[in-house]
Amino acid sequence: MEFFSEFPELGRGDLRDFKKAVDFGFRSFSRAYGEGIENFFDPLLQFMIWFERLLINSPWPIILAVIAGLAWLGSRSWKLVAGSVACFILIGYFGMWENTMATLAIISVATFICIGLGIPLGIWMAKSNRVQSIITPILDVMQTIPSFVYLIPVVMLLGIGKVPGLIAVCIYAAPPIVRLTNLGIRLVDEEVLEAADAFGANYKQRLWGVQIPLALPNIFAGVNQTIMMALAMVVIASMIGVRGLGVPVLQAVSNQYLALGLMNGLAIVAIAIIFDRVSQKYGQRLQAYRKGSGHD
Amino acid sequence: MIDTKIEIRNLYKVFGNSPEAAMKHVHAGISKQDLLDHHGHVLGLRDINVKIKSKRIQVIMGLSGSGKSTLIRHINRLIEPTEGEVIVDGDNVLAMSIEELRDFRRHKASMVFQRFGLLPHRTVSQNVAYGLSIQGISEGEATERSQRWIDRVGLAGFEQHFPAQLSGGMQQRVGLARALATDAEILLMDEAFSALDPLIRTDMQNILLDLQEELHKTIVFITHDLDEALRIGDEISILRDGEVIQQGDPQSIIMKPADDYISDFIKDINRGRVLEVRSIMEKANRATGPKMGIKTPLEDALQQLVNAGKDSGAIVADDGKTIGKISMVNAIAAMARPDRDDEGPRYK
Repeated sequence: MEFFSEFPELGRGDLRDFKKAVDFGFRSFSRAYGEGIENFFDPLLQFMIWFERLLINSPWPIILAVIAGLAWLGSRSWKLVAGSVACFILIGYFGMWENTMATLAIISVATFICIGLGIPLGIWMAKSNRVQSIITPILDVMQTIPSFVYLIPVVMLLGIGKVPGLIAVCIYAAPPIVRLTNLGIRLVDEEVLEAADAFGANYKQRLWGVQIPLALPNIFAGVNQTIMMALAMVVIASMIGVRGLGVPVLQAVSNQYLALGLMNGLAIVAIAIIFDRVSQKYGQRLQAYRKGSGHD
Repeated sequence: MIDTKIEIRNLYKVFGNSPEAAMKHVHAGISKQDLLDHHGHVLGLRDINVKIKSKRIQVIMGLSGSGKSTLIRHINRLIEPTEGEVIVDGDNVLAMSIEELRDFRRHKASMVFQRFGLLPHRTVSQNVAYGLSIQGISEGEATERSQRWIDRVGLAGFEQHFPAQLSGGMQQRVGLARALATDAEILLMDEAFSALDPLIRTDMQNILLDLQEELHKTIVFITHDLDEALRIGDEISILRDGEVIQQGDPQSIIMKPADDYISDFIKDINRGRVLEVRSIMEKANRATGPKMGIKTPLEDALQQLVNAGKDSGAIVADDGKTIGKISMVNAIAAMARPDRDDEGPRYK
């Protein structure tokens, strides 16, 4: 009967040895290659430091103007431009300007890295069912594994700082852009593709002339999601030494500072809403051609 | 003598996991249904042999599931065959390398689709220029060259519209102009007008016939609509369950349906409108009565006889020489359906 009441588990000693072996293995790996990997990421670190300083040291009116300009380019809506500028003025007025700039810096860099890696990966996935069946479970793991779990090896390998923070953000934020690029390309109308084939389009003409342009609204939804998820990681990233709005939130949690937590939390929310609305408006404008005018 | 432009020889297509293995059953003469039930393969086309004449409109007609859309896609190899040859101007399309095939599709054969297949993110002008831009022609020159075709199909003024802003008929004009813009000698039309309203469809048929008078392309036209087939086809091949069951010009198909399936198919057409006097005339060097051309429909011929108050008329060739005569009795007999009982379809 013991068999049914007690789960037949690994012996305690064996389990300890197993964990030890894994820990030891990774530790010796990080001792051997940690420095090399750190050096590999050094240019990225330098760039991030430069970009963060650029945002923090630029006069605030210039930053506001740039934000207003980007919002206008994306949305073509004066309401959104006015709303964005008002949000940033409030953020500055309540003393969160520097942290906000630091957060914007890491979010921007993370988003560009995710786009740069994610879109080609999505295209590759759309091209081959085998690649899709391999990458999909990896993306599932990236999205569902608790962030703290992959923070451990990243910190063991690279210590705390901007680069491990960036990696953590990217692991969490990259899946949507990959998934939606893949989905967008796969959803392109078969008949349109057949027409492209019938006129003798080669792979490149097919991809860049038909598939990518028609997948663009979906790809853009992916970019939007990636930005949102990167923002969601700001607090966790601050635990491993990333500057920004996450730091005061963390302080507020450990010291029960309600106002400080609320203010910085709301600042993150404000940035998220601005990014979301502007990028959604832009996504809608991308598919203006889908609208008919009077005809069915 | 008219040359053959496209020759389809012993073409077979089997859909399924291992078509090659299924082919031995097909060669042994298994029926389509048995192949599906016992071997899990679908017989798309069986032993198709069609010679398509240069500069003519070849209609391939069949009901849904007859394999007609599969067949037309073999001509530009959007579908790979299981066995057989498609010879265009002496070259076997099915033996072409990817490069040669791409070249063939770019320059030699263009296609019009049932659901238009337009690029929704490109304007009318850019859509018509699509084939040219695929050929590597600069956007500016492509737009310039395509303008002629936009005008020709009556879309002038809509150059900057997107397809979604146009009605179905107008979208298909874009599709037609796009196919014409590459100056390909062969035009493949896959149920091109089937998605359109009857009136618009007649309109588009007129446009096509007008264009053909001036362009003389080799057109392969797929349809499930017999009236359409009779109206525009110089030659018709009728497809059923993946096999060609009759080929010939419209007159011969109506006068001599190969089997009950086809006679049932043609039972509802307006014979007086479709049949021409040349199909029923008796040869003669001289004849009395009103004169009529060899392509006069029976309906009109009867009208002329009645108007003239005569029992027979003279058939004259294009050069004005009398070549035959037609009697009212024969004309009326031809309008009645030949050798059919009225117990419904006899084929199974």
